[in-house]
Amino acid sequence: MSVYIQGILILGMISVIEVTGMTILTGFTGIFSLGHASFIACGAYTAAILTKNFGVNFYIAITAGALLAGILSFIIGIPTFRAKLKSDYFAIATLGFGEAFRVILEHLSITQGARGLPGIAQHSNFWNVLIITVLTILVARNFIFSKYGRRAIALREDMTAAEMMGIDVYKTQMLSLFISATMAGLGGGLFAHYIGFIQPSMFTQMQSSMLIISVVAGGIGSITGPVIAAMLFTSIPEVLRVANLWRMVVYGAVLVAVMVLRPQGIMGFRELRLPRFLRKNESGFNHG
Amino acid sequence: MLQINQLNVSYGSIQALRDLSLSIEPGQIVSLIGSNGAGKSTLMMTIAGVIRQSSGEILFEGEVLDKQAYKVLARGIGLVPERRRLYANLTVKENLLMGAFLRKDNSGIKADFERMAATFPIIAQREKQLAGTLSGGEQQMVAIARGLMSRPKLLMLDEPSLGLAPMIIDQVFSIIREIRAAGTTIFMTEQNAVKALENSDYAYVIESGQNVIAGSGGDLLKDETVRNTYLGIRTQS
Repeated sequence: MSVYIQGILILGMISVIEVTGMTILTGFTGIFSLGHASFIACGAYTAAILTKNFGVNFYIAITAGALLAGILSFIIGIPTFRAKLKSDYFAIATLGFGEAFRVILEHLSITQGARGLPGIAQHSNFWNVLIITVLTILVARNFIFSKYGRRAIALREDMTAAEMMGIDVYKTQMLSLFISATMAGLGGGLFAHYIGFIQPSMFTQMQSSMLIISVVAGGIGSITGPVIAAMLFTSIPEVLRVANLWRMVVYGAVLVAVMVLRPQGIMGFRELRLPRFLRKNESGFNHG
Repeated sequence: MLQINQLNVSYGSIQALRDLSLSIEPGQIVSLIGSNGAGKSTLMMTIAGVIRQSSGEILFEGEVLDKQAYKVLARGIGLVPERRRLYANLTVKENLLMGAFLRKDNSGIKADFERMAATFPIIAQREKQLAGTLSGGEQQMVAIARGLMSRPKLLMLDEPSLGLAPMIIDQVFSIIREIRAAGTTIFMTEQNAVKALENSDYAYVIESGQNVIAGSGGDLLKDETVRNTYLGIRTQS
């Protein structure tokens, strides 16, 4: 495998990790966030500073980055979910939060402001990113099939009805947000240790939108759909490099085409699954 | 059983309930009558813990009621919300199991499901059908059954006859009487005031979020003001 293709795959898989988190929040809990770039940035900066300035082990550093991103999500989650902000109102609140966080990064001394953080050791490689990606997808899958996942889906389908059934809406929303932020932060940590250089302008609202786009284009209510979409959307601009400036136009056209031809997303509600003989017994409706 | 004192609820600067007070005795069917926008649904949603009150108190069995929806349900107050809000993509059976979400006793849940299937024939017939494909009346039956699956002591029904054919409405009310006979107290709001009053032990009339008049169902049916304003039986002058 050439270094170039491996590079695209690594970036694609990092995107998959971040999108998988978003799938839990948007695809299964029905909450739209436009500020997840802040969680990616939090994970990236935390992990990078830990390895670069304090010589911390790479794996401990990316775990710490992911956890700190999760904790950061409480700052936006607690006030907004307590006030029962829904759909577009929550999206706008997170949009503001994401931008504010980026501005903070530009003014802190430890992050070296807008100049960015160069010289981060390149610990991320094809194999460790692959393993972490697979683990992330497994965690997401188990979450969806757990009782917490069922609560989240009940919320997505009808929030009022879910509340009437006795589901703790606030706790369920917080948990989904926490997990999605943690996965975004994990992706950020891997990203920083692959590129070797990070700066605040990498984590703009554009990056948040990319996550939402992958989830919606992949299929709301599917895990494998957004995974495919995330890989596609990372590789399409690379394939189109020959077209130079026109590649972003083609990229936009592909998006429009997906939404027109398959409004339910690439996979819709369905999943790509292992062949039957490779699967363990799966029970149907599991109460609780 | 349920005692509400001087309850105030506001949506921003708009006050939806003003110093509203009422009480519900165990074993009764109590209805809440009022025109559109009088605050009927607001009151139910507030009791259920979905909407927050600005002042006043709600007592259930002598204790202050919790303000989170899931705790209210655990205390024994279930709400069948307006427009039913079934999970359209789940089957009838799955919807009922959702109603028992907080319960852990699997054998009890199973027994209750059998009981529902016996009470509501359509549940037995349509067990595996998606709830979204049922007719309005059938959906209402499923919604009521789902509400009962949490074994509430007090079941609140928000507009149970909304959008239903007159014959189905009669069925819904006979089901409501059966539920009461089985020991569950009923509190319901209705636009169909005549039907509600005929079937209630006690009724409250509210307007603009305030108490107007209260009395037994039979008394209110005879009351001049109620007849004029809410029953549309106007004595021409």
